[in-house]
Amino acid sequence: MLRYVIRRLLTAIPTLFLIVTISFFLIRVAPGGPFNQEKGLNPVIKANLEKSFGLDQPLWQQYTTYLGNLLRGDFGPSYNLPDFTVAELFRVGLPVSIQLGSMALLLALLLGSVMGIAAALYQNRAGDYAVVATATAGSTIPTFVIAPLFQLFFALTLKWFPVGGWGDGAFINKVGPVLTLMLPQLAIVARLMRGSMIESLHAHHIRTARALGLSDYAVVVRHALRGALLPIVSYAGPAAAALLTGSVIVETIFAIPGVGRYFIDAALNRDYTLVMGTVVVIAIFTIIFNLIVDILYAIVDPRVRYD
Amino acid sequence: MTDAVQAAPALGRSLWADARARLLKNKAAMVSLIYLAVMTLVCVFGPFFTPHAYTTIYADYTRVPPSFSAYPKADGIEVALKEALRRARLDIRDWQQDGSRIIVTVTSAKPVDERSTRYLDRSDVFENAQVLEKSADGLTLKMAADVEQKHFYFGTDSNGRDLLTRTLVAGRVSLAIGLLAGVVAVVIGVLYGAASGFMGGKTDEIMMRVVDILYALPFTFFVIMLVVFFGRNFVLMFLAVGAVLWLDMARIVRGQALSLKRQEYVQAAEALGVSRWGILIRHIVPNLLGPVVIYMTLLVPQVIILESFLSYLGLGVQEPMSSWGVLISQGAKSIPGAQWLLFFPSFFLTSTLFALNFIGDGLRDALDPKDR
Amino acid sequence: MKHYTMKSLMAGAAILALTAGNAFADVVFNRGNSADPESLDPHKTSTVYEANILRDLFMGLMIHNAKAELEPGAAESYTVSEDGKVYTFKLRAGAKWSDGTPVTAQDFVFSWQRLVDPATAAEYAYLLSPVVNADAITKGEKKPAELGVKAIDDATFEVTLNSATPYFLEMLTHQSTYAVSKANVEKFGADFIKPGNLVSNGAYILAEFVPNDHIKAVKNPNFYDAANVKIDVVNYIPTEDRSTAMKRYEAGELDSNDDIPTEQLADLKAKFGDQVRLGPYLGTYYYVFKTDKAPWDNVKLRHAVSEAIDRDYLAEKVWQNTMIPAYSFVPPGIGGYEARPTEYAEKSQLDREDEAKKVLAELGYGPDKPLKMEIRYNTSENHKNTAVAIQEQLKPLGIEVSLINTDTKTHYGFLEQKGNYDIARAGWIADYKDPANFLDLCKTGTGNNYGVYSNADYDKLLAEAAAASAEQRMKLLSDAEAMGVARDLCVVPLLFYGFHTVVSPKLKGWEDNVMDVHPTRFLSKE
Repeated sequence: MLRYVIRRLLTAIPTLFLIVTISFFLIRVAPGGPFNQEKGLNPVIKANLEKSFGLDQPLWQQYTTYLGNLLRGDFGPSYNLPDFTVAELFRVGLPVSIQLGSMALLLALLLGSVMGIAAALYQNRAGDYAVVATATAGSTIPTFVIAPLFQLFFALTLKWFPVGGWGDGAFINKVGPVLTLMLPQLAIVARLMRGSMIESLHAHHIRTARALGLSDYAVVVRHALRGALLPIVSYAGPAAAALLTGSVIVETIFAIPGVGRYFIDAALNRDYTLVMGTVVVIAIFTIIFNLIVDILYAIVDPRVRYD
Repeated sequence: MTDAVQAAPALGRSLWADARARLLKNKAAMVSLIYLAVMTLVCVFGPFFTPHAYTTIYADYTRVPPSFSAYPKADGIEVALKEALRRARLDIRDWQQDGSRIIVTVTSAKPVDERSTRYLDRSDVFENAQVLEKSADGLTLKMAADVEQKHFYFGTDSNGRDLLTRTLVAGRVSLAIGLLAGVVAVVIGVLYGAASGFMGGKTDEIMMRVVDILYALPFTFFVIMLVVFFGRNFVLMFLAVGAVLWLDMARIVRGQALSLKRQEYVQAAEALGVSRWGILIRHIVPNLLGPVVIYMTLLVPQVIILESFLSYLGLGVQEPMSSWGVLISQGAKSIPGAQWLLFFPSFFLTSTLFALNFIGDGLRDALDPKDR
Repeated sequence: MKHYTMKSLMAGAAILALTAGNAFADVVFNRGNSADPESLDPHKTSTVYEANILRDLFMGLMIHNAKAELEPGAAESYTVSEDGKVYTFKLRAGAKWSDGTPVTAQDFVFSWQRLVDPATAAEYAYLLSPVVNADAITKGEKKPAELGVKAIDDATFEVTLNSATPYFLEMLTHQSTYAVSKANVEKFGADFIKPGNLVSNGAYILAEFVPNDHIKAVKNPNFYDAANVKIDVVNYIPTEDRSTAMKRYEAGELDSNDDIPTEQLADLKAKFGDQVRLGPYLGTYYYVFKTDKAPWDNVKLRHAVSEAIDRDYLAEKVWQNTMIPAYSFVPPGIGGYEARPTEYAEKSQLDREDEAKKVLAELGYGPDKPLKMEIRYNTSENHKNTAVAIQEQLKPLGIEVSLINTDTKTHYGFLEQKGNYDIARAGWIADYKDPANFLDLCKTGTGNNYGVYSNADYDKLLAEAAAASAEQRMKLLSDAEAMGVARDLCVVPLLFYGFHTVVSPKLKGWEDNVMDVHPTRFLSKE
């Protein structure tokens, strides 16, 4: 297993390299540049700006320079926020996004699994329909509807929570963002869990266990749950990578200083260095979580072997 | 479920006939199926029967609330009349309503232009305006016009367009996008994932490496680049989105295939010398149908929601075309104040996604091969 | 930056409290500012969001008071030579940087040279164009040291201009002409703008900057007029989402915000009454035809389309009266300037449409040969609504309008590359109160002359104006507008911008003005 993990980590290096290369050229061929704006610049000034960021050099040279800097851990300064380096922006924003994302993910996994198992055990009965209906509602109402409704109702009418802002990371400021982030995930987890649990409950060894008179609880926890976890694990990996790197909608609507908005803003602003920074961060998160998923696979399901 | 098992006759029906029978028994799924069919029909054909075109702007009816009775309302006539004549730079001396007809006398410091009737016609409230009489000095004009009755069952948007028609037209776009991208993603994902998981070894390794690389490319970044490149061509764009979304599908299918191929019956088939392709088609793919169907019913809504996300960012379909996502994101910005702009499109979207989900569950239950 | 990032890491991203709830009852002003500044380096800024913050941190030679009237700032007094070319500023006696060192004329010399230095790559380097050698330095043809500024002694700063420039003093209120402390920049290099490092000469000092969360500034005890500064702490809070900003205002989390969701204006007015402030603002929202492309090279056709656009409708219905119908490029509010609107400005919309129809028919357009026109605009709810409304207005004239929206960068990149388009949206907000600021956009070869309008006579008028006396200059500029805009329609003015802010009744001293300038030092909070 350890050899497998090391091998995977080593193969991550060419993966990262490919991703960086693809993204670097992809964003460069996009029309417009970082210095196109409503208030157009005169050509002399624009040329000076481009020179100061090294954009006057041939593209391949910019690419090799970027790769060189990246190897030294230097992501460069942001084009549109020149007071900060890309690394500084992430140092401030990433902890915020990770906090919100991990809380939302854990809540979604716990609540969703419980709801899913309950629904599976009461398949096609009222409880099942209730879970399915709630879950469906959660996943069908867009986040940008839930968030303003939450603000209107809980912040303005009931005055339980602030409308927005991070405060000093106070619990009360996190409730809205976490719930909004969690809801769609909760729904998906519950549905996946219900589906795989039903399947698992119908498997031969479970039927046997039941026939042998084991209690429902024992059957579920000791036997069925294990098999049913596979799809959840598959799902949770990428979901974690996505959640921990922030959500542009939640951060914009709740005015949270996370990094989620950079993924959109940087691309739209052609902030080349920030785009590359976001790409690298997402790539690393994704690679790590995919590895974790594969390891968990082997742990949860002994039939899966990496040989 | 158990009923279906007991009812299974001894002569051994095919998998599909069996599945159909079960699906028909599932009330929630059947109701949803009918609902979805009706929704599709209404969206496709409805706009031909609504009283307004989806592009027509009624300047006098911006953001009017939904109502079963016709516009203009009683006080609306005077407002519209004042508005129309203010733009004509005329003063109203008096006006009266006579059934569905109004008569108005206007004055001005300069001689009144007879074309002024056009200001009344231009207003969405009046039609057939005509000059009744003109004073000798030309400073006073008496005009008559019919009051035009209009229905806005869902109200109008902030441009003054009929929300009912727009919601239906938007439904066409959303449903088409969901289906298109969903199908593309599932087809690619299932074939790729099943092949990878089943073949295993080096092939699996390489195929999954490719998926890893594509995975690690930030999805939103990729989609934004697609929007930037394809811009107007929405169909092409969503084909591309579908071609990105298959990654999840491929991973899930691969995971299942990995575990399936260790099952005794697959190993038995292998030992019996059944070709790999044959095993893939006969054993692996049918066994994958359950998760695939659930995923597909999650995927279509996911695409529709993704489209709405792009709309929220202002990158959705081009005006005057619309989608549910576009309408909802506009509606979300209009509350509090014009709740109907959020309510109707949300209701259409949510109920459709609900139906899709129930159909998915129904299909899953019906197709579960272990449940026979 | 450094100290709080370390702190935030160690404390698990415990970002400092918005409002320091300490024992001293500080007067805290939570000021909504739609976006974060791009940079706090005065020489690298360009947006109004930066201007709002820098105006509190720094003080230019001249300042805008609460009513946006010109007043001496860092300069106590000034003299102008007879030919209007040499300005001599006497710096305020005893003026200090926030670290206690004196503000000297050398700081201004250093800062202005820094602004025009190509190595700084300042977006607003062109602002100093009137100063001798400024343009040549920015182009890299001369050395920064050759700029026409000098320190006669520690307290006397002298500027030599190419020609008399009546708006020169007005220009000095712009943040890019602010001075930075030479010693400080040399000490910290690029990091001099970080909280803790930044030294400024305004009423406030930068205390914290957490991107996308808040910027905190505290009262500067070394400010010459500190005794009259009533607000102790300002938090500039960027709230990108306007609906959220409005809700935060309603909940008391913000004391003011510089933007409101205009689509909800009617409801907001009903709810907040005169807390919602509307008024004219020095900017123009316009469309521009690609004037070198057939058929848009035909002035008559351009006018026909322009006059068929019902600007009253756009202002009233689409923009809910937060904008004003525009028939000239230069907005009202610039003293001494007479705008020259298009000749149909006074006509009724009916006449305009009849005329437009006639012209279209003359040019051979009709049902069998419809005029096709593509509107390009950058993605935004209101730009979209405007384009949609124009599309509908032109439909009865048989003009088939299609719409293309792209993200802002693509849009302006496309315009700058002189891409192949019919008509496109653009906007211009004045940097300082002067008509030339607008009219230069139609000058041959200007970077943002998107319509590639080129007319030697027009360019000549602008050149003559630049060299003329104050009154003569306004007259010449006015003639230029009559030629380039009203006659040739180098741009199609649609609307004049209006400011739309929301201000809590607790804030006193907030005066509406055309520059939408509200320095915190003139405000107080109950």
